[in-house]
Amino acid sequence: MNKIIKYVITDILRNKIVLIYTVFLLAASFSVFSLEDNSSKGLLSLLNVILIVVPLVSIIFSTIYMYNSAEFIELLVSQPLKRNTIWLSLFTGLASSLSIAFLIGAGIPVLIYQANLVGFTMILTGVLLSIIFAAIAFLATVQTRDKAKGIGAAIMLWLYFSLLFDGLVLFILFQFADYPMENAMIGLSALNPIDLSRILILLQLDVSAMMGYTGAVFKDFFGASNGLIFSFFVLLSWIVIPVWYSTHKFNSKDL
Amino acid sequence: MIQLKNISKHFGKLKALDGVTTICEKSECIALIGPNGCGKTTLIKTILGMVVPDSGSITFKGDNILKHWQYRDQIGYMPQMGRYPDNMTIGQVLGMMKDIRGKSEGLDEDLIKAFSVQNLLDKRMGTLSGGTIQKVSAALAFLFNPSVLILDEPTAGLDPVASELFKEKILAEKDKGKLVLITSHILSDLDDLVTRIIYMQDGKLIFHKSIEELRQDTGEERLVKSIAQVMISNYE
Repeated sequence: MNKIIKYVITDILRNKIVLIYTVFLLAASFSVFSLEDNSSKGLLSLLNVILIVVPLVSIIFSTIYMYNSAEFIELLVSQPLKRNTIWLSLFTGLASSLSIAFLIGAGIPVLIYQANLVGFTMILTGVLLSIIFAAIAFLATVQTRDKAKGIGAAIMLWLYFSLLFDGLVLFILFQFADYPMENAMIGLSALNPIDLSRILILLQLDVSAMMGYTGAVFKDFFGASNGLIFSFFVLLSWIVIPVWYSTHKFNSKDL
Repeated sequence: MIQLKNISKHFGKLKALDGVTTICEKSECIALIGPNGCGKTTLIKTILGMVVPDSGSITFKGDNILKHWQYRDQIGYMPQMGRYPDNMTIGQVLGMMKDIRGKSEGLDEDLIKAFSVQNLLDKRMGTLSGGTIQKVSAALAFLFNPSVLILDEPTAGLDPVASELFKEKILAEKDKGKLVLITSHILSDLDDLVTRIIYMQDGKLIFHKSIEELRQDTGEERLVKSIAQVMISNYE
């Protein structure tokens, strides 16, 4: 398993896109922190950049990388290797290179300017988001052999999670305004890892105005620490479930 | 050595394999022949576990291959169109395969030498011609001394010199007691290689005969003519 991970990581490094992504994150984080005189304001601006950019890069890069590796996967499957090993190694290789890129690109500036609990939570959620969207990309690639369809699905998923979902929540909210919706809203927010990450960080920043409806309800329902643990576990299951399902699918896929 | 029982496979509505049953023994060189799209490559891929059959069972040296992977250690596979990661050089691909198989001694580097692959080790896979890729695939298939060789259209892209060298190598390996499975449309290449013929059509196995039997049945001396006779009689 380690051998394949090693080959995947060297291949990704040779590809240079991940390096450019790291440099971009570095530039964005440093400029955001130096623009604001108050570094916790800077953190807030960075949060918005991260919530858009990290999922986008993770899901698109992973999807395209997986389609480009179709030959490599075919080659590996004809070798004495377990399919589980092949799939999980590819996932580990991709997810860890994206996470390392994030750790270097955004983690270092955050640690320099905001080495506190909020900063750490932000780094943690950024890493989790990188892994989650790689996992979702794997789901998209295992479902269809058609490259255009797969990449299209990945873009749609990103659009849904970062833009459409909030609209949907508001729509449901207004439609059912006469009913008590608080608990249902918490359930709904668990359906979107980006929303959940935002809540996770804002719960600690204590800026309710930025939280949106689900965040406010969240805080009210859980209090800060329970909400933290709940959202952390939901984020973890956003990794485990897609990876488990795509591995299961890949095991019986015809190549 | 390899036993197939009632293998069936559908791709959507297309029946790629339909109740294929046969046995392949060692020290044989078996040709898989049939018109385009008759299921040859699918059959090979089911043996390699790359395609999972809908029904039926495959045993390799007595063990069912379903959900197993260790048995592929004993198979050398040369695909119809070898596709490798574009960014890797030939040397890196060879190194990676050695790494994955965990073998660095007792390697059979005859074909690497015969095809002068060692002079091309720094070339990236993406820049190679079709024939050179075929050479790399062939060298990889033989590299680990496997007891079964599965060659899908091996001579299609090779130049005449390489093709001759390759055929000599196949004969030598068969004489060592290995099982060689070949698919090819270039029947003249198969003439002095193969000992048995499997003929397939529309996913069905029409017959599995030794070459002598086929000669007797069709009354033709040359493989090309006997197969042509079979093909025409089965053609719609």
